[in-house]
Amino acid sequence: MRLLAIDTASHICSVALMIDGEILLEEADLPQGHSDIVLEMADRLLRRGGLASPRELDGVAFGRGPGSFTGLRIAAGVTQGIAYGGNLPVAPVSNLAALALRAMNDLGATKILPALDARMGEVYWAGYQSSGDASLQLSMEEEVRAPGLVATPQDAGWIGVGEGWRGYGETLRERCGDYLERVEENLNGSAREIALLAAPILANGLGLAPQQALPVYLRNDVARKPGKNPLR
Amino acid sequence: MRVLGIETSCDETAAAVYDSERGLLAHRLYSQVELHAEYGGVVPELASRDHIRKLLPIVDEVLSESNSGPDDIDGIAYTAGPGLIGALMVGTSFGRSLAWSWGKPAVAVHHMEGHLLAPMLEDNPPPFPFVALLVSGGHSQLVDVRGVGDYRLMGESVDDAAGEAFDKTAKLLDLPYPGGPALSSLAESGRPDRYRFPRPMTDRPGLDMSFSGLKTFALNTLKDAIAQHGDPLPEQIRADIALAFEQALVETLAIKCRRAIRESGHQRLILAGGVSANTRLRSHMREIMEKEQIEVRYPRLEFCTDNGAMIAYAGWQRLRKGAHENLSFRPKPRWPLNE
Repeated sequence: MRLLAIDTASHICSVALMIDGEILLEEADLPQGHSDIVLEMADRLLRRGGLASPRELDGVAFGRGPGSFTGLRIAAGVTQGIAYGGNLPVAPVSNLAALALRAMNDLGATKILPALDARMGEVYWAGYQSSGDASLQLSMEEEVRAPGLVATPQDAGWIGVGEGWRGYGETLRERCGDYLERVEENLNGSAREIALLAAPILANGLGLAPQQALPVYLRNDVARKPGKNPLR
Repeated sequence: MRVLGIETSCDETAAAVYDSERGLLAHRLYSQVELHAEYGGVVPELASRDHIRKLLPIVDEVLSESNSGPDDIDGIAYTAGPGLIGALMVGTSFGRSLAWSWGKPAVAVHHMEGHLLAPMLEDNPPPFPFVALLVSGGHSQLVDVRGVGDYRLMGESVDDAAGEAFDKTAKLLDLPYPGGPALSSLAESGRPDRYRFPRPMTDRPGLDMSFSGLKTFALNTLKDAIAQHGDPLPEQIRADIALAFEQALVETLAIKCRRAIRESGHQRLILAGGVSANTRLRSHMREIMEKEQIEVRYPRLEFCTDNGAMIAYAGWQRLRKGAHENLSFRPKPRWPLNE
């Protein structure tokens, strides 16, 4: 299977090409510059992988959020364009799950609390556990919340990961108490983890139609009601 | 040459297929007006969220309707600016990526060039050169158009756009969003000369415009009227004030257009942009210009407002001259027309 994965949810832009389990990765830390480089990265990866056209892919995966709103739409727009152009299935993948998978693979973690900075004094938050077969299970629903109000684990041995722990570490540590084992705040998810999570979905024929490549923002109260008529 | 055009710069999601031999083959538009109505104006984040949901189905419709597959499309054009950056990003990311997938050239189109060239979509397109008045919720510009790509900005609003002044004044009159059309329809029952608004920046030479003062004048006029007639104001008084405002705005635009025509020496005036759908503007402009033997033209109503057809057409004009983008699709929220 040939799968392209795109992640532009954070300040890091990454693209991965997975061919029969082998992964080629391109990554760059270029805030505000994702729209300049993401297709160039994809184009280089296809050449390296020996593909003549994106239409030779079998599917496209992307980080569907949570993350930067504009970043999520870049990934979704690019995914829609490539998938519609090649009549390919898509796999939207959670960026919190990608981060948790990185923790599982790199740290051997089994109980993971990924946290991303959601700005406005809040974090994107979830809990994941890995079972014996090395797959990830969502055990605490994704949410956007003030760090002092996030859902908390009910047993010991959890590892906190991601930049959300950098900004709000103190409050989150307090909130999780003794159930928290340690924190690795410098860990990031990337298109590699997006590809790894998407591969079984696409292999099992569970990919979606291109127009279903849509962001999941978590934060949905984004508009304020208008001010009053200044006459009143 | 057949071009797919994509427009997502503000609050309309639109796509079209233009064929240089057969003309416009399909065009579709989804307006977000209802989405933004309860906020009294376009909310950029909501606009972007809606574009990413609506764009692909609309593109799919115009491609099906025009029987165009990847082998029939010779290029993809998308609005890259000016406009709301998040909204633009949806169209540029999708359009550029689809072109990459199909191995076809992509071209970034200037939204205002689309408006300038919209009259060319009609059966009897106006010949160059002409003066174009671009008036919308975001822009008020006078442009000397000598040919495709040959544009000179003659004057523009130094503050609010004409459409913005319409919407803000409509809000003062408690009219629903979008206020421009609602204000015009209220003005129809207004009595002339009951109120008089200034014609800003017409007492001195130059082609720049200013409309924020009209909104302030409307606020003060309404305050005085309420003091005199009570609150809520009688319907007739509201209509009188709406008419006085609309007349002032329309006449100001007409004075500037007459100056622009004289300065350029051109024989033709093109009206474009959402405000050019205003019937009082159209009829007053014809009346003024006929006296000077100047022809006034405007695109059909659906191509006055934002649309995909004008982007596909402008894109074709660029593509036929060999323009094409590299793999970057960065939007240009502020993009001068002559750049």
